[in-house]
Amino acid sequence: MSIHLENIAKHYGRGGRHQALAPLDLDIQQGELIGLLGPSGSGKTTLLRIIAGLEAPDHKPAGRILFGERDVTQLHVRDRRIGFVFQHYALFRHMTVYDNVAFGLTVMPRRQRPSSGEIRARVHRLLEMVQLEKLAGRYPAQLSGGQQQRVSLARSLALRPDVLLLDEPFGALDAKVRQELRRWLRHLHDELNFTSVFVTHDQEEALELSDRVVVMSDGRIEQIDTPEALYRAPANRFVFKFLGDANHLEGEVRDGVLTCGDARLDVDLPDGPEDLLLRPHEVALDTAPRESAHLPVTVTAISPVGAEVRVELAADWLPGPWLATVRHADFERLTLSRGQRLFALPRRWHRFEDSAPAAHDSAALLAG
Amino acid sequence: MQRIGDAPVLRRTLIGAAVALAALFLLLPLVAIFAQAFAKGLGGFWSNVSDTYTLSAIGLTLFITVLTIPVNLVFGVMLAWLVTRFQFPGRRLLQTLIDIPFAISPVVAGLVYLLLYGRNGWVGGWLDAHDIQLMFAWPGILMVTIFVTCPFVARELIPLMQAQGSREEEAAVTLGASGFTLFRRVTLPNIRWALLYGVILTNARAVGEFGAVSVVSGAIRGETNTLPLHVELLYQDYNTVGAFASAALLALIALFTLAAKAGLEWRATRREASA
Repeated sequence: MSIHLENIAKHYGRGGRHQALAPLDLDIQQGELIGLLGPSGSGKTTLLRIIAGLEAPDHKPAGRILFGERDVTQLHVRDRRIGFVFQHYALFRHMTVYDNVAFGLTVMPRRQRPSSGEIRARVHRLLEMVQLEKLAGRYPAQLSGGQQQRVSLARSLALRPDVLLLDEPFGALDAKVRQELRRWLRHLHDELNFTSVFVTHDQEEALELSDRVVVMSDGRIEQIDTPEALYRAPANRFVFKFLGDANHLEGEVRDGVLTCGDARLDVDLPDGPEDLLLRPHEVALDTAPRESAHLPVTVTAISPVGAEVRVELAADWLPGPWLATVRHADFERLTLSRGQRLFALPRRWHRFEDSAPAAHDSAALLAG
Repeated sequence: MQRIGDAPVLRRTLIGAAVALAALFLLLPLVAIFAQAFAKGLGGFWSNVSDTYTLSAIGLTLFITVLTIPVNLVFGVMLAWLVTRFQFPGRRLLQTLIDIPFAISPVVAGLVYLLLYGRNGWVGGWLDAHDIQLMFAWPGILMVTIFVTCPFVARELIPLMQAQGSREEEAAVTLGASGFTLFRRVTLPNIRWALLYGVILTNARAVGEFGAVSVVSGAIRGETNTLPLHVELLYQDYNTVGAFASAALLALIALFTLAAKAGLEWRATRREASA
C-alpha cells in the first residue's frame, strides 16, 4: 500500500510554540522500505507516529494522509491497519510470548475474529517465522533483547498489516544482533511485500537497509534519495556531514589559491571565503608537499583496526582535528607514528553553496 | 578491613535498641489491648462484643468501609490514569490537590464538611429545605471517610503508571484494542498489585478513622456510632473491658490488614526475583 503525506505539520506546547515538524510532503510507493534518518529532535519519530495515528498532525494548515486511495487522516489508530514496532518493544509484560503475538487476533470483534483453532495456527506460523516456537510459553522478561524484538515484530504482523512502521527497531541491541536482525527484516520485507517505514539515527543502518532514505533535521526533510545517490550527491552541507565523518578546510581564496595560516591549496574557485569539506578517505598523506598543495599536519592518534587505518591529524591552521583513512600498505610504507609531521593531500573536496552542491577532484593528486 | 558498622559492640547496641523500642512502643500496647479486653475472661469479652450498640458500631463501620472502597477504587484509577496518560494545563496542580487529605488534619476536614453541609452551612441550608440530612447521619460519615482516604489508591498507582509509561497501551491500540479491552487486558493486569495495595491501605484507614468522623457523626449510639467512636464512648463510661474489647476488634482488623500487606509484598519480591 502506498503512503501519501500532504502538508503534514506538528507543533507542540501552549500556542504551538515548539515546532516538531514543518509542513512537509512525502510519497512512499507500495512495497518500499523507507528509512527516516536524522539526529534526535529532527522530528523523525513524530512523523512516524503521525503516519501511525498515535499522534495527530496540526489542524491548521490542514494536512492529509492517504494509504493507497484511502484518506486516513481522521481515522483512529486501531482502524488504520498498521503494524507498529516500538523502540523498546513494548511487549505486554504479564503475557506469554504466545499471548503477546495472539493479542491482535483475540481482541478482534467476535464476528470478524478467526476461530480459536485458526488463531492458534496463525500464531504458531508467526512464531516459526521469527524462530521462537520453543519460547512460546516464556514471559518477555525472560527473553534477550533480540528475542523480544522478534516477538514484537511477530505481534505487529499478526493482523497482516499493509503498512509496517518501526521506531528505532534495533537501537537498543548490540552490534552483532542488530546486523542479524537488519538482514532478517530486509528478507521479511521482500518476502511479505508490505510497505515499511523505519526510524533510525544510525546512517549506516539507514543506508544499508532502505530502498530510499529520508534525511531529516529540525522538523524538515533535507533530502529523499536512494542510499547511493545520497552518499554520492548529498543535497547540502547538513546531509553531507550527517552521513559520515567530514573534515573542514576553511580559508580565503585569492587568485585560485586557498590559504589558511601556513597552509595553502590550489583551487579553481572565485575569490572569497570558503569552507570545503572532505571525507576521511579523500585525504591522502605523504612525506613531502606538492606544488599545488601545502598542508602540513601532525599525527595525533592512530587506530589500525579494520580494513583501513584511521589516522587523526592536527595542525595550527586547523580549528578541529582531521580524520584520514589510509590503506594498510600505505601505512607501512610511510611508517606512521604518533607525533610524525606529514603533508595532507586532498584527493577530492566538496563545496556547498546555499543550494548548489559541487564536488571537485583535486588538482593536487592529478598534477602529482 | 572493617566496614562502617562492623564493630560488634555498635551492631549489638543498635539492634538491641531497635528491638527494645519496637517492643516498648509497638508490641506492648498491642499486648495490653488484648490483656485488658480479656481481663474478665472470654465471657466478659464476648458479652461486650455482642452488646447491641457494639454490634451496631461494627455494622456501621463495615458498611462505611464497604462503600468507601469501591468509590475510591474507581476514583483513584481514573485520577491516576488522567494524571499519567494525558497532558493538560493544571495537571501538576491536580497532582498536588490529591495530597490535600494527607496534609490536612482530619478534624479540620470534618469541620469543613460540617460548615458546608451542616444545617446552617452553605449547601446544608438548601439540603435541609429539601429534607436531606447529611451531617450527623451515615452519609456524612461516608463523605468524610471518602475524603480522608481518597489519595491512597491514586498515590499508589501514579508512580507505578508513570514508570511503566503508555507504550504497552499504545501497542494494544495499534493492534486494534478498544478502550475497555485495553484497560481490562493491558492496564489492569499491570497495576493490579499496586491497586490491591491501595485498597488495603484505604480499608485500614476507613475502618480506623476517628478525627473527621467524630466531628460529623454526633456519635448517636446505635445509629451514627462507628467502632473507633464507640471505643471512646465506652472508655468515658468507665467500661474499660468494653472499650478494650472493641479496641481489640480494631486491632484484629489492623493485624489482618498488615498480614495481607506483607503477603502482597512477599509476592511482589518473589515475582521480581523470578522475572
